[in-house]
Amino acid sequence: MLLGKIARHFASIAALVLLGGLLSATLVRLAPGFDADEREFDPNLSAESLRAIRAERASQHNILHFYVGYLRGAAHGDLGTSRALGQPVLSLLQDRWPVTARVAGIGLLLGWVLASTLAFISTFWQRPACEIFGTTLSGAFLCVPAAVLALASVVFNSPGYLAIALIVFPKIYRYARNLLAKSYALPHVTAARSRGLGELRILARHVLPVAGPQMIALAGITVSLALGAAVPVESLCGLPGIGQLAWQAALSRDLPLLVNLTVIVTLVTLLANSSADVMIQVLRPREA
Amino acid sequence: MKPARYLACVVVVAVCAVSLSANWLAPAGSAKQFREVPDSPPSRTHLLGTDELGRDRFARVLYGTRISLLLAPAAAMVSTALAALIGGLAGYLGGIWLKLARAFTDLFLSLPWLFLLITVRALMPLNVSPLVSVLITFLILGLLGWAASARVLSTSAHALRNSDFVLQARASGLAGPRLFFIHVLPNLKPVLYAQFWISIPVFILSEANLGILGLGVAEPLPSWGSLLRELEGLLSFREEPWRLVPLFLLILVMTSFQLLLSNEEVTA
Repeated sequence: MLLGKIARHFASIAALVLLGGLLSATLVRLAPGFDADEREFDPNLSAESLRAIRAERASQHNILHFYVGYLRGAAHGDLGTSRALGQPVLSLLQDRWPVTARVAGIGLLLGWVLASTLAFISTFWQRPACEIFGTTLSGAFLCVPAAVLALASVVFNSPGYLAIALIVFPKIYRYARNLLAKSYALPHVTAARSRGLGELRILARHVLPVAGPQMIALAGITVSLALGAAVPVESLCGLPGIGQLAWQAALSRDLPLLVNLTVIVTLVTLLANSSADVMIQVLRPREA
Repeated sequence: MKPARYLACVVVVAVCAVSLSANWLAPAGSAKQFREVPDSPPSRTHLLGTDELGRDRFARVLYGTRISLLLAPAAAMVSTALAALIGGLAGYLGGIWLKLARAFTDLFLSLPWLFLLITVRALMPLNVSPLVSVLITFLILGLLGWAASARVLSTSAHALRNSDFVLQARASGLAGPRLFFIHVLPNLKPVLYAQFWISIPVFILSEANLGILGLGVAEPLPSWGSLLRELEGLLSFREEPWRLVPLFLLILVMTSFQLLLSNEEVTA
């Protein structure tokens, strides 16, 4: 049963990635300027070389052929070559991915610690001051563009992961606080309290099992938030990660690189969401 | 209406009104260069000083606010209309259409928003006229921002599909597009309004992010994003505090939108 669900998850991920890849390939193919090649303006190239360049592009005219060629290359570990940087996309990804994984990972962890601590404090003590403090703080960061937080990180010379933590914190706080507040308001929690159970026991035995699965689902979604936040943070803080690479690719209209990055980031976020779903499925039978 | 919401409403209306009167308050326009006073501090003639090219910052803030505040609702309208069409129709039709629409929205939602924005923005030509860059920026926001709203709308439309009044209308012989446009869509209005208002602050922030990254509205047209780009050269926030005015204005408007939207609407 569980294995079947996991298999279905992975099948849907594969279908979504293939569909996303086809969509991206179509967009790249239809994008203005796709047919243009700067090499054609090189006066040193002979007519034969120009014909060879045009023949190379002619094979990419049909979207399906273009996509099948891309998939075939990807299956052999060839994700193409970056037009702007002149390097294989795979080697660029291998160089840049660890930086993003570290910055986004630490940022996400810090964001979660800050948000869940504040959410627990405001729902555990239920004091208006805690509630007002948490709502105001999260609201303040929610109003500031992610890129401004990245610029602030440069001005104050603070690490990039702190900016990512502050970008993801308000979103996690709002959901976590609402989830905990709803769980605390359930009748069985009131009944447990009326029977004299301690607050910590109520939290561990009656609140967390209800809010837990949704918190895990939220954890999966926040991976996407952190990767999105990595674009302005890495670009403006000068961190050589995937986010900075995507920004550079966008500015130089390096479409093959950009599409590869988008497909890979989609795959990572889908895997994170599916892992969260699987974890919820694994934990559920134990609750019962 | 709570006092905080009333105040927020007044702030948004006031900022909109001031930005709409930019032609009277700053008749010189946002692109006029005062070459004798480049990068000057605030003075009587230039309330917020001038930028490196000698353009009046106050005028640029007013005109930039107008662009951001008028076009974000326009983009929100596009995205809500798309969401109503895709999500509403899928929810109403149900079955395979609903599954397909949900798979498509899942694909859109699994992409980090900024990654998607910069990818699609890069697919469009970058060296276009400023006016075209404004249209491209906000059109992209409108065309890509429908997924979350579509998901909410598909659930609401699916619930309406089996409601008593739709069943009765169906029993009376009404079917197809007429049933959808006469009975289902009007009942989705509250959800549509909520999604429209939620999208506006999201698009304002997204434009600001794109602008700071150099992928938003092109010079010399100002927008909150391109104005905030000036902060990139700041070494300290105390150095030239008047340069922070666009940021304060953006935060003020965003806070007002947050107060206007109830907690339930934000978490929906």
